[in-house]
Amino acid sequence: MIPEIGHYALVLALTMALVQSVLPLWGARRGDAGLMATGASTAYAQLLLVLVAFLALTTAYLQSDFSVLNVVQNSHSAKPLLYKITGVWGNHEGSMVLWVLILVFFGALVAIFGGNLPEGLRATVLSVQAWTTAVFLLFILATSNPFVRLSEAPIEGTDLNPILQDPGLAFHPPLLYAGYVGFSVAFSFAVAALIEGRVDAAWARWVRPWTLAAWCFLTLGIALGSYWAYYELGWGGWWFWDPVENASFLPWLSGTALLHSAIVMEKRNALKVWTVLLAILTFSLSLLGTFLVRSGVLTSVHAFATDPTRGVFILLILVFAVGGALALFAWRASSLQSGGLFAPISREGALVLNNLLLSAACGVVLIGTLYPLALEAVTGQKISVGAPFFDATFAPIMVPLLLAVPFGPMLAWKRGDLYAASQRLFAAAAIALVCMIALYAVVSGGPVLAPFGIGLGVWLILGAISEITFRSKLFSGPLSTGLRRAAGLPRAAWGTMLAHAGVGVTVIGIVAVTAYEREEIVSMKPGDTLDIGGYELTLDGFAPREGPNYSDTVGIFTVRRGGAEIGRLEPARRVYVATGMPTTETGIRTQGLSQLYVSLGDAGSEGAMAVRAYYKPLVTLIWLGPLVMVIGGVVSLTDRRLRVGAPRRAKASEKPIQPAPAE
Amino acid sequence: MKRKQRRLVLIGVAGVILFSAVGLMLVAFQDNIVFFNSPSDVVANGVAPDKRIRLGGLVQEGSVERVGDTTVKFAVTDTASRIPVVYTGLLPDLFREGQGVVTEGKLGADGIFVADTVLAKHDENYMPREVADALKEQGHWMAEDQTQ
Repeated sequence: MIPEIGHYALVLALTMALVQSVLPLWGARRGDAGLMATGASTAYAQLLLVLVAFLALTTAYLQSDFSVLNVVQNSHSAKPLLYKITGVWGNHEGSMVLWVLILVFFGALVAIFGGNLPEGLRATVLSVQAWTTAVFLLFILATSNPFVRLSEAPIEGTDLNPILQDPGLAFHPPLLYAGYVGFSVAFSFAVAALIEGRVDAAWARWVRPWTLAAWCFLTLGIALGSYWAYYELGWGGWWFWDPVENASFLPWLSGTALLHSAIVMEKRNALKVWTVLLAILTFSLSLLGTFLVRSGVLTSVHAFATDPTRGVFILLILVFAVGGALALFAWRASSLQSGGLFAPISREGALVLNNLLLSAACGVVLIGTLYPLALEAVTGQKISVGAPFFDATFAPIMVPLLLAVPFGPMLAWKRGDLYAASQRLFAAAAIALVCMIALYAVVSGGPVLAPFGIGLGVWLILGAISEITFRSKLFSGPLSTGLRRAAGLPRAAWGTMLAHAGVGVTVIGIVAVTAYEREEIVSMKPGDTLDIGGYELTLDGFAPREGPNYSDTVGIFTVRRGGAEIGRLEPARRVYVATGMPTTETGIRTQGLSQLYVSLGDAGSEGAMAVRAYYKPLVTLIWLGPLVMVIGGVVSLTDRRLRVGAPRRAKASEKPIQPAPAE
Repeated sequence: MKRKQRRLVLIGVAGVILFSAVGLMLVAFQDNIVFFNSPSDVVANGVAPDKRIRLGGLVQEGSVERVGDTTVKFAVTDTASRIPVVYTGLLPDLFREGQGVVTEGKLGADGIFVADTVLAKHDENYMPREVADALKEQGHWMAEDQTQ
């Protein structure tokens, strides 16, 4: 009964989405307030209905209802509760339901918080949002129904793919989807702006928080996915330039560009056409990511779907959404008033440079990801474009961008003074240079470029801090007044500082691990000791251990430093009972910001086992950096102009649809 | 600066970035693309020494032999031809005889493929697509190969 309710709720949600696709838009064209008002009600109804469907599916998983095909294929009665819940989105059908749930959630948020938008714009945005929802609901119902029943229910399910049974994976897809789908709001706003033929600073002020929120989710989702791959796959790598990873990185790059160009539009009413285009492209890249991952075009751990009809369907969605939006853009963009130009050396100019470099980086990653697919489709030749390609193209584009980042916030709007900015950044540059030279002198070995990379990270962090100290005149006059001034700075300034410093933190982590990590692959017997990165790992022995739906062979290592015992590491070979599939469970010990990382290989002769051990200096910075960036994003979201500005505009909008003037 | 000059600066910077990006890609494409080959491809066409390739197929039954602690020898076959492979390092969890595998490395002068990377399937049901296609070409594709 419950699965049928879920199925029915999806059908009802589709009808609601179809209604919402038409009525509010029609109302907005005719100026009919009644029709426009339907948008909000249908948005709430969709959220409710999709939530019902999602909960119905979750219930089927919790009850291990093996009359539902999807549950049989992805669950097992002995699976721990957490993975019964995460199993809901650990497969194609369920993950699409989650995708749509998040989509309608954002739609409902627009309806709730859109009270202070011009009515016509809000109605149009809701209609555009509903187009996307309708198409994806149709996709689920036509090709990926998660509620399909079996006439004869098996007694036991076939279990979720073991490497997906992990706490990191519990939160990776929802966060990633919240990011992907969050950009749909910016997309809907962009398309609505094109339909209305008008964008202004108020539009940008609206789009920016949505983009920022989506960007925060996407950043967290990518970082979490990277950490999951790092500890679960047992190869010690944190980024593989795998097409599926690239698929999530592409919208991140263009979303980051969008964040910055929206600032120019909000503050200076310039770059309008470009911002609208970026909003369209960012969500298009999110859709492309969904297509690549869901269509089975790529073979990867993420490619659940290999049914070609699904791939074709998503491709059609992609062509329809991207093609349609870009055609609309080509047709209507000229009607958007273009803003004024500005001096190349200015805050705007710096943000344009940021956009150009981020777009170039995005383009390079896009081509590297799609080229093998295109080549195979055209010539049948199979190639792989791996890390060396991306290292050789992406890095050279990012380095100038990272060098330029601290200058951006130091330049004034309209016309900046590069010389003055350089003077303010002198201390940061000097310290970064000293770090570089010191590192070069002290550390022997490792690539020559490594000290430069670390120095670049230091430059980013100190450059970000310099902006705060400069703006608050922290060191001129008594420190207490300086601190008070710093605390009184707009939260957006602190957000910028944190986000930029977070980039620096990540850069340091990446460079340190890439250049200075130590790896040993040896065969070890109980009693053997391995020296790595100044630590001694002694293998005490192997022990069997039973889990709820797996059994482990645990290697027990004692970690010593300078003879003193500091802890244990317990990597394991794990076999899942239901599938008989072996996996590797890594043993990781965090020492300060660095990590010791051990995984077990195959059993060799005479009780020996292959052991792979790494010492990874400063590796945690790779994921702490994104965390700092996200904190920056959240701080920026609480900025006064977003908290206080909104109600004030609500009063203003009682007057007929008059956009607020640019600040 | 006049309006026209400002626009020129913008176009100039954009052009420089675009050309550099395209240039970087072209160079990188020349050096860093790895072609996928089946054992039959290697036997028929040969491979230039020092050229990195991916070699994919099935791990031949009975061919896996451990040499020393962490070095392993095995043969990759597409049922028509076989290429011996040597690899030092940890094998993936799902590396088994008779299963699909993709290896990356260089073909030595002695005809032995020296792999530095071995990729196996992510789960029981998944056959690397390149391998499946290569086997189909040889006309030996059977669904059982996948699951057994």
